[in-house]
Amino acid sequence: MLTPLSVRFIYAIAYIVLAPFIGGLLEGIGRKISARMQRRVGPPLLQPFYDISKLLKKKRSQVTRAQGFLLTSYMLLIIFTGAMLFFGTDMLMCFLMLSTAALFLYLAGCVTTSPYSSLGAQRELIQEMAYEPAILLTALGFYLAVGSFDVETIYNSPVSPIMIIPGFFVAFVFILTIKMRKSPFDESTSHHPHQELVKGLTSEMSGRNLAIFNVTEWYETVFLLAVVFLFIKNSSAPLVSGLVGIGVVLLTYFLEILIDNTSARVHWERMLTLTWAVTLCSCGVNLLVLMIVR
Amino acid sequence: MADITRSPWLLHYDASSCNGCDIEVLACLTPVFDVERFGIVNTGDPMQADIFLITGAVNAQNAPVVKQIYDQMSDPKVVVAVGVCACTGGVFKEAYNVMGGADKVIPVDIYVPGCAARPQSIIDGVVAAVGLFKERYMQLKNKQPLSVGHLEGGEGS
Repeated sequence: MLTPLSVRFIYAIAYIVLAPFIGGLLEGIGRKISARMQRRVGPPLLQPFYDISKLLKKKRSQVTRAQGFLLTSYMLLIIFTGAMLFFGTDMLMCFLMLSTAALFLYLAGCVTTSPYSSLGAQRELIQEMAYEPAILLTALGFYLAVGSFDVETIYNSPVSPIMIIPGFFVAFVFILTIKMRKSPFDESTSHHPHQELVKGLTSEMSGRNLAIFNVTEWYETVFLLAVVFLFIKNSSAPLVSGLVGIGVVLLTYFLEILIDNTSARVHWERMLTLTWAVTLCSCGVNLLVLMIVR
Repeated sequence: MADITRSPWLLHYDASSCNGCDIEVLACLTPVFDVERFGIVNTGDPMQADIFLITGAVNAQNAPVVKQIYDQMSDPKVVVAVGVCACTGGVFKEAYNVMGGADKVIPVDIYVPGCAARPQSIIDGVVAAVGLFKERYMQLKNKQPLSVGHLEGGEGS
């Protein structure tokens, strides 16, 4: 018989092992859907894995040694963040770890002399400024809904948190566009080249370092989608809410691709005001309603 | 591990092209030809690119740029000269400021003729480049010296 603690360990290890595969597959599906939206055939479903495999085979070249170290730290911190969430610890702690990881990415961009990379790194900080309030408020929202920051308690809450904090859900999904680096908020790493930014933050990353960056993105995507799942999951109807949760996660991901394909990059000031406005309005209204109702 | 040929990333540089070949290169990405089917991505970053597509003749002003882009790409890498100007200098060959084709500055592996080169022939050239890309990877893996393309006035195969 498995003890609750060993089950939690299995969840955390499953995240560490499976997240890159799920994240890579999601990116493959995303690229395929994007291509279909543009009436193209698109790459094979496993293309992201082929890309990683190719990047690992390229001859190693890096601008400074610090870049490799900083990127590895970034990856380990993101993996640790996700593992903590799947282990079921404090959600606030997970989000603070996420911010620390973003700092290492910023440093990895700064450490080179390339103007594109530096510009991308500065924009990464601006992005963090834009999404951080929404992320912290999300943790607060879960506390208001469930009465605990503990992920395990949130996961086993009798009512889906989204029933109590829909405003926080809107704010969180809104900033996912920034976190997943999709247009119109792909400020720090433009994923379509030939723009003023080249590849932004990742301009000076090649071969193995770029592979580390990409795999870390997959880990982060799975982590963020797991938070979306937590909004839906309840313990009254675990199977139904679980299935609906997976549906909402996939729908959210599809929505990001749709937004990505239908919008062009906006100026960073616009991103900041728009994100903060959405965060303040949706979370604020939700908070007011909660205060009146309770 | 997947085959290295399934993910060749291109870098496209316009040396002094009239934009005819450039438009044809971009046409390869459109729904009609859609080279992303083969995992080909048109990246703007030399550090992440595997195949260097160069269009237009090389002149004194952009020769150092072409050289630098080539040097920034990590091995294994392949150079494709697209269009007659990049191959030989074309109609501009005798112009006082034109040095000639891309092979005056960097070793060129594959020449795609045409004015402008048609998307079909560009894709044909890229497919040949992908074959060479794999060959170079095997040389790198087996610690053999890498084969070098044709460089005017230099050592070449």
